[in-house]
Amino acid sequence: MQIIDAIRLIVFGLLSALVLVGAVWVATLKNLFRAALSLGLVLVGISGLFLLMGAEFLAFVQILVYVGAILTMVIFAIMLTGRLQTTPDEPLPGSRAIAGVASLALFVILSAATAGIEWPSLDGGEPITVAAIGQQMVTTLVLPFEVVSLIFVAVMIGAMVIAGDRGRGSTR
Amino acid sequence: MVRAALLVTNALFCLGVYGLLTRRNAIGLLLSIELILNAAAVNFVLFGTLRGAVEGHSFALFIIALAACEAVAALAVILALARAARTITVDHMNLLKG
Repeated sequence: MQIIDAIRLIVFGLLSALVLVGAVWVATLKNLFRAALSLGLVLVGISGLFLLMGAEFLAFVQILVYVGAILTMVIFAIMLTGRLQTTPDEPLPGSRAIAGVASLALFVILSAATAGIEWPSLDGGEPITVAAIGQQMVTTLVLPFEVVSLIFVAVMIGAMVIAGDRGRGSTR
Repeated sequence: MVRAALLVTNALFCLGVYGLLTRRNAIGLLLSIELILNAAAVNFVLFGTLRGAVEGHSFALFIIALAACEAVAALAVILALARAARTITVDHMNLLKG
């Protein structure tokens, strides 16, 4: 049992390092395409964290939706607007220090707020199955579920209207 | 491990905030927002697993779905702006200025 715990801890450390390094790259790399690829690194790491926390279904959804769909779309957008990205994405002078102090302060506040709490062990409770999630989706959470479907339709139509050319023909 | 996981998600959230504050490219802002949303999703899953509550996992699922919607809408706006204003740097977006 102790060996398993140790292995879990090591895997957790590696995944956290992957996520944090990738997140630093996402926030700071000047080349936007590389930042998007680092976001892929972060997303894969987070899916590993989901697996470690016993959320297998969410791990697969994360890979499918985030890495498969969102990241592909972002990379498409970066390539479609590549013409306009003649200069690297450099922060305004001075904004880096202010933003660094602000986000570091936020980190300290958040960590201090959660530091004193005693948490139960991670693998103590009953494992959560996909069946339980599905059952909840059609009973307790049926209203949010339907609202999300509505939002999907609205976003789909809205995106086509906003990004489409509306018959004027291409302006490029 | 729970405390360490909380530290990791806090750091992820704050890196997202840092990116939001410093990025000037609209797509870069979108990437930072994804970091923030992911930090929230990991926290939901963590607490759901801790308490044996299915809600945590369900809401993480909702977060992923809404993040997809948000990315679609944002990229549509960015592409439309790239066509109309010929820029995707948020400082240069001044179409509404009189």
